[in-house]
Amino acid sequence: MLSWLIFAPMIGAALVAALPRGRVFAVRWLGLLASLAALYLAVRLFQTFDPAASAMQFVIRRPWVPLLGIQYAVGVDGISLLLVMLTAVIFPIALLSSWGSIEEKVKEFTVAMLILETAVLGTFLSLDLVLFYVFWEAVLIPMYFLIGIWGGPNRTYAANKFILYTMAASVLMLVAIIALYLAAAPAGERTFDLLRLQEAAVPATLAPWLFAAFTLAFAVKVPVWPLHTWLPDAHVEAPTAGSVVLAAILLKMGTYGFLRFSLGLFPEVAVAAAPLLLVLAVIGIIYGGIVSWAQPDLKRLVAFSSVSHLGFVTLGIFALTTEAMQGALLQMVNHGISTGGLFLIVGVLYDRLHSREIKDYGGVAALMPRFAVIFTIVMLSSAALPSTNGFVGEFLILLGTFRRSVVFAALAAMGAILSVIYLLWAYQQVMQGPVTAKTPARLVEVGWRETLLFVPLIGLIFWIGLYPSPLLRRSEASVRAVVERVERRAQAQVKHRPMVADAHVDVAPRQTTTTRRKVTP
Amino acid sequence: MTVTVDLRAVLPEIIVASAAMVVLLWDVLVGHRGRRALAPLTILGLVAASVALVRVGVRPPAFGGMYVRDAATQVLQMIALLAAVLATVLSLDYLRRSELERGEYYALMLSACLGAMVMAASADLIVLFLGLETLSIPLYVLAAFRRGNVRSQEAGMKYFLLGSFSTAFFLYGVALLYGASGSTGLAALGRAAAAGLTPLLGIGIALLTIGLAFKAALVPFHAWAPDVYEGAPLPVTAYMAVIAKVGAFAAVLRAFPLGLGALTEQWTVLLAALSIATMVLGNLVALMQRSMKRLLAYSSIAHAGYLLIGMAAGTPDGAWAMTFYLVVYLFMTLGAFAVVLLLERGGEEADQIEDYVGLGARAPWLAAAMAVFMISLAGLPPTAGFIGKFYLFNAALGAGQVAVALVAALTTVVSVYYYLRVPYLMFTGKDQAGVRVLPAPGVRFAIITAAVVVILLGVLPGPLTDAVQPLAALLRGK
Repeated sequence: MLSWLIFAPMIGAALVAALPRGRVFAVRWLGLLASLAALYLAVRLFQTFDPAASAMQFVIRRPWVPLLGIQYAVGVDGISLLLVMLTAVIFPIALLSSWGSIEEKVKEFTVAMLILETAVLGTFLSLDLVLFYVFWEAVLIPMYFLIGIWGGPNRTYAANKFILYTMAASVLMLVAIIALYLAAAPAGERTFDLLRLQEAAVPATLAPWLFAAFTLAFAVKVPVWPLHTWLPDAHVEAPTAGSVVLAAILLKMGTYGFLRFSLGLFPEVAVAAAPLLLVLAVIGIIYGGIVSWAQPDLKRLVAFSSVSHLGFVTLGIFALTTEAMQGALLQMVNHGISTGGLFLIVGVLYDRLHSREIKDYGGVAALMPRFAVIFTIVMLSSAALPSTNGFVGEFLILLGTFRRSVVFAALAAMGAILSVIYLLWAYQQVMQGPVTAKTPARLVEVGWRETLLFVPLIGLIFWIGLYPSPLLRRSEASVRAVVERVERRAQAQVKHRPMVADAHVDVAPRQTTTTRRKVTP
Repeated sequence: MTVTVDLRAVLPEIIVASAAMVVLLWDVLVGHRGRRALAPLTILGLVAASVALVRVGVRPPAFGGMYVRDAATQVLQMIALLAAVLATVLSLDYLRRSELERGEYYALMLSACLGAMVMAASADLIVLFLGLETLSIPLYVLAAFRRGNVRSQEAGMKYFLLGSFSTAFFLYGVALLYGASGSTGLAALGRAAAAGLTPLLGIGIALLTIGLAFKAALVPFHAWAPDVYEGAPLPVTAYMAVIAKVGAFAAVLRAFPLGLGALTEQWTVLLAALSIATMVLGNLVALMQRSMKRLLAYSSIAHAGYLLIGMAAGTPDGAWAMTFYLVVYLFMTLGAFAVVLLLERGGEEADQIEDYVGLGARAPWLAAAMAVFMISLAGLPPTAGFIGKFYLFNAALGAGQVAVALVAALTTVVSVYYYLRVPYLMFTGKDQAGVRVLPAPGVRFAIITAAVVVILLGVLPGPLTDAVQPLAALLRGK
């Protein structure tokens, strides 16, 4: 079932590629249908998923290169399930959104998007490190072309920056993957199987380097401040559908990597490195918020808001409590929905005026009332107003972080306030007041297709905002298992040091390490 | 020492040599009208040689132990034959178009292939030298094959002069090694090397390495490559880019483990340094190229560096990883050259990268194929290039050569920039009116084959991985 889910878009891409070039209508529908097929399979997966189990489900294992212990291994747990759902929901919307804006090379565009979907789904579902890396890197190629071919005026620069930045970090991860493979087991028993590598003993001298290589690759993807500089360029230049996918899904590959690999493979190092990542996360939250506020360009504003929001996710993950991690996971989904929605909104405006400058708009609400309602809801979701999805996620993150550190929680809460400021400011400038937009006649109300884009997003905003438990229930067991593993491994490490063997058995890992540092001179 | 002459052991070589002669005579005896049969005859000869290769199978060493036909020979010779077949298919249309189709051309191609095959089977420095010359001299002539073209003349001359120098180095190295060990046999050399590193031995190894490094275009012995690649007729460039590498790396695989197994620690450092220099320089200079042929020339230099990683590891894993990558390199490089061969501007080769702008609008499948080759050359999944690099990284790290692996990884990032630029330009910008896509069925066939293989090996690398395992044995015995 998982293989069908992963490769359904790929099959769609092959079919689309076989269509003749002129058949734009058929290409668009076939592309949409392929992504809807993946959505159908994802929904079936969501329904049949057993929420009580923390282990991987629907596991498929086939030897791929037996000589080196490489497998085709896929499986889903509560963490990947939510991200797979998000991916499956966003792609049809992104494809549908391109119907109005992509007029050239429609076939190539659709093929690239569908290949991208397969690669992303594969990334989230892989249980073998080589397979994971293959999908991880395969994501870059279609995205490079999406930005480079269908992007804005500065697209070449943005596409190159995007691919070089992310490649540089991920090849180091490849080296780390192989080093881990070689170090974790003697020749003959070596494996790239994630679940077995999680239990393997990595030499303590090597683990920090490997952790650093993995985490760097993910941090670039997230992006964690100060590695975010590729993001505004890529977002601004990418076509709307590209921005939506990039923000809603590709960034989550980084945070997913934190959860699955940085914490999963190197829990001891992760505990020690958590304070650093928390600091970077908080800087990202506040920096992203302040910089967003200063943007004259609406798309850049949304792009920088991603830096801020993803800072929250990073904070939630490295707070290392179940609540915060649950919140982080939910916030990954939420950010996908709300920021994906915001990029669609920018796309709707851009399609009309061909400008992203906030000053070119004004009083749009009077001309596009239905659009104003949509914008309001999505904006409030992004600002984490109670009863929207964003609130649940941020609340859980702050709650979990508060238990770990009051200072971080307080600083992060300031970031939350910032997000309200810049979003409301942008909304006010664009939508409210007298009509000051340049050519009001071109600001026509959103049509049925454009409205349809937002219907599922708005539905999800309120559903998760009011009743998040179907999602949280499914992720809880897996998240709890991650946190417990981290705590168990971190304590096992502490126990090796006789001086603190009896100290703080039940305290949280981060404090344990600080205590240890104080005790051992 | 009794020399047993078991000609069955060299049956494939005999077939290739006979095919070369038949092709040469055919042109003289049958004349113009028979030219159409030249390429089929060449391919027939090569296929017959491959069949013979399989039928003959692994045999005990022949010619008093100078010639080995072990499993490694089989694999390496098969690669050489494969390269020759593909290059013949690629040449066909070009030769007819530029009225160069002559028996000599095919005879020279076959001879070069024969040279690479001999190098792959040699257990003796003299046989190795014989193979090296049989490989090199036809390539000098082929580079200058467009007699009316000054660039081609220059390329041939340059290649010949520099190549002769390197051959002299090689031969001098052989002489010194003979002085050190008292025999030209690699096994005897191995015994002498086991006794310890003497100055004579050290200088001999260095000179031998220089000779082979020149053939493989390793930095700092690469200077000839860009000019020769640019000047030589396109199909010759394509053939040269692969067959010279096959020969040189086969020789490295033969000479180093068997002759110098005891000194592995010394030569792995030497080769690792060469490999790092080659990867860095090849990739950085490739960034600035405007000519497609020069880009591919620097790309082939860079890839020589990647290939050498396997040997520099000095482990069984390295040997088979290198051979795997050699096959991958063959398909992706010939594929990329095939795309260049399919284009022309005003009757000339469409060599400038600008010529490719916007081609995707007119020839989407061609652009897609080029994208596949470039993605593979850049080492991105899901192509064979990724798997090949993965194996090489694995070998380097397995041998504890973290620096080599890191340099390889980071230069790969650099290479992504210039490789992906090509398909990117093909898919964007305005179509270049002056550039024509030729019908050339042979070239099209080669492109499709190469693209399919590159993807297939990326998705299902298992069979080829198993097939190259015999190479590991070369380094296991030490």
